[in-house]
Amino acid sequence: MSIEAKEEFRPKIVAFCCNWCSYAGADLAGSSRLAYPADVKIIRVPCSCRVNPMFILRAFERGADGVILCGCHPGDCHYTSGNYYARRRMTLLFSMLDFIGVENGRTRVEWVSAAEGVKFSTTMREFVDKIRSLGKNVRLEDLRCRN
Amino acid sequence: MQELINRAKELLADGTVARVLGWKAGDLPFNPEPAYFEKEEDFADFVYDGFCGANLSKYMIEASKLEGKTLVCLKPCDTYSFRQLMKEHRVNREKAYIIGVGCRGKLDVNKIRDLGIKGIESVQGAEIEGSDTLTFQTLYGEKTCSYADAMLERCHVCKGKEHMIYDELIGESRETKDADRFAEVEKIEAMSPEERFAYFQKELSKCIRCNACRNVCPACSCRKCVFDSNKFDSAQKANVNSFEEKMFHIIRAFHVAGRCTDCGECSRVCPQGIPLHLFNRKFIKDIDELYGEYQAGADDEERGPLTSYTVDDAEPGIVAERG
Amino acid sequence: MYQIAKENLTALFQKIASLQELYLPVKNAGQVNFGVWSEDAEVDLDTLKSVKSPKDVFFPQSETLYTCIRNGKKLTIEPEALQEQHFVVFGMKACDIKGVEVLDRVFLSDPVDTFYAARRDHGTIVALACHEPEETCFCQVFGTDCADPAADVAAWMIEDTLYWKPMTKKGEELTASLADLLTEDDSAQEKVEAEQAAIRAIVEKLPYSNLSLEGWNGDVLMEKFNSPLWDELYKPCLACGTCTFVCPTCQCYDIKDYDTGHGVQRYRCWDSCMYSDFTMMAHGNNRTTQKERFRQRFMHKLVYFPANNGGMYSCVGCGRCVEKCPAALNIVKVIKAFQKQGGEQ
Repeated sequence: MSIEAKEEFRPKIVAFCCNWCSYAGADLAGSSRLAYPADVKIIRVPCSCRVNPMFILRAFERGADGVILCGCHPGDCHYTSGNYYARRRMTLLFSMLDFIGVENGRTRVEWVSAAEGVKFSTTMREFVDKIRSLGKNVRLEDLRCRN
Repeated sequence: MQELINRAKELLADGTVARVLGWKAGDLPFNPEPAYFEKEEDFADFVYDGFCGANLSKYMIEASKLEGKTLVCLKPCDTYSFRQLMKEHRVNREKAYIIGVGCRGKLDVNKIRDLGIKGIESVQGAEIEGSDTLTFQTLYGEKTCSYADAMLERCHVCKGKEHMIYDELIGESRETKDADRFAEVEKIEAMSPEERFAYFQKELSKCIRCNACRNVCPACSCRKCVFDSNKFDSAQKANVNSFEEKMFHIIRAFHVAGRCTDCGECSRVCPQGIPLHLFNRKFIKDIDELYGEYQAGADDEERGPLTSYTVDDAEPGIVAERG
Repeated sequence: MYQIAKENLTALFQKIASLQELYLPVKNAGQVNFGVWSEDAEVDLDTLKSVKSPKDVFFPQSETLYTCIRNGKKLTIEPEALQEQHFVVFGMKACDIKGVEVLDRVFLSDPVDTFYAARRDHGTIVALACHEPEETCFCQVFGTDCADPAADVAAWMIEDTLYWKPMTKKGEELTASLADLLTEDDSAQEKVEAEQAAIRAIVEKLPYSNLSLEGWNGDVLMEKFNSPLWDELYKPCLACGTCTFVCPTCQCYDIKDYDTGHGVQRYRCWDSCMYSDFTMMAHGNNRTTQKERFRQRFMHKLVYFPANNGGMYSCVGCGRCVEKCPAALNIVKVIKAFQKQGGEQ
């Protein structure tokens, strides 16, 4: 293995997963031995609508290169409608990030049910590839948090 | 203006209202301040002219807690804010007597300074029934400019001369709209991501975190703001590096998305002239395009776009798809 | 006295910047503030007042004091280095310089603020006389002569020539290092005097120049503090920090910790007495209403500060708060309100 390959860019990815569907989906991916990159750090939230836009900005501030939000499929929310609200909020937030010039694709929302271990693992792989192609997040990081 | 003063005195005298919320003439020709008038003699200083840009709706949150009714002078655009505050149960309609005052656009003293008019001693033409030309007596001679050139940005995209709520109307209004509300937003949208980033970086690097935009905003009416909380890292007063400002301004605009009436106070008060309305207007534009046209403060019943949903709303991925 | 043509100023700035850092009024996105000179900076010497006062050259809005770094079980503390490079501030106005005098009283009295002292020691101030004072100016009220600024170097921009007069040793040294650009001019004195007379004539006509400070001094604490006027004066105040952040003399700061994830950065940043958490302590806040916070600002400027500093007010009459307050409140209105009340009694 060459030295360059070792220094390959390893993005930091934060994945907010709802407790009822997506976190269980991640669990299923694990118990089914479906690999997904270790760059993904999962944060469990009670519902996708628990995710405040500030969570996402804070993650970027602290050096995340990509943030993904996973919740129950529309219509399947454990709390009936949480993900519908989350969907509107995230659409507006992503649009605003795009507006201020943050690269498209650093943020993503994906609906993953408890039965979709495969989808969870492929989504994460895709997302990590996307962030690798975008490179390091410099537009939304706080320089003080740099190592 | 005299009609307004007479009526206010009348309502004060017959006990309908306990106080009048209007504007008091400043010590310079262009700096009237929001003020309460409780006695007849106070009205000697009452003024309502082109420099009375302040939106008095927000003061009604506090005034709603006072004994008796408050007469408040609201311009057409201010009434949107008041109605929105009513919907949010932040003002008490029963405690307000609203006089819808006429408006022909409000003036921006910074624009006047940018036109090279400095050392202003007196102004003619700023009166509410004044002319289309402003004449300034300055320390450096007489200067003129057109009323429209000195208007606040928000008046160029005026929402119209209709008052959304009032008990009575005094004075004529004139629609001053001569630009498209979303033209500036579209211009930025058309830029490349790098250009957009550079643009906002440049604008926001001026921010001094004075919080004037937040404090003046009628939609920012939380009792305790997240940016004032000591319990989180969010209470940074510092302009340490560019991230804090981006965070603050995105979140500020996000918290009022769907409730912002686009009154333009944030941009009016910014000491550094940051076009803060662009953030709010971007949200309004997205809401209009994705969830149907919505004007906050124009009705009492409809749910705001962020407190409602439909099952077939666009997915967040649309942002990337539309490019 | 020396002179240099306006068109050669860029060369002058280049020369200064090649020797040390240079701060001067720079226009960025339509607003003029003091910033570091660079080849592509848009220098603006025509705008009378920068939005923020140049105080942040000596007392930055936020500055790190020290950093704690955690590395495994090891904790290291790194104090921030003091200013070691010499720098020049070009284009400060007489009122801003008076503002620095006020800050000196605070930060250079015992215990000396080392960060501030290091910046003061390494800075050379080139002051520019106010060619066209504006209606919001009232420096004369505080005894400042904007036609004759007192700094390391005093300068006057008259038509297309900048006249340059070193006033201190630091100023002489700077002048010597720029010898090939500055030319001696014997007739300069006359021109400068004419300009000074013109400026002073304008100052006499300014609407605030006859403002009276009678009744404001360090001895009237309780009388002013308990005045019922405050109950009315504060009402339009939005509790934003604009007035304090544009002010050349406001010196209150807060010290905060920033968690970087791998350590802590302790920094200080300007605070504003208008903010709800100003001087917040463990037991809570000792000013619980906006009226008290509003009163604090003016009492500090006009009563507490003179009481502790031999009668020196901590307002310099730059008029920035007059221009920038979103609710059109300002110190002049406060002074006038008390004056009016005095007259009626």
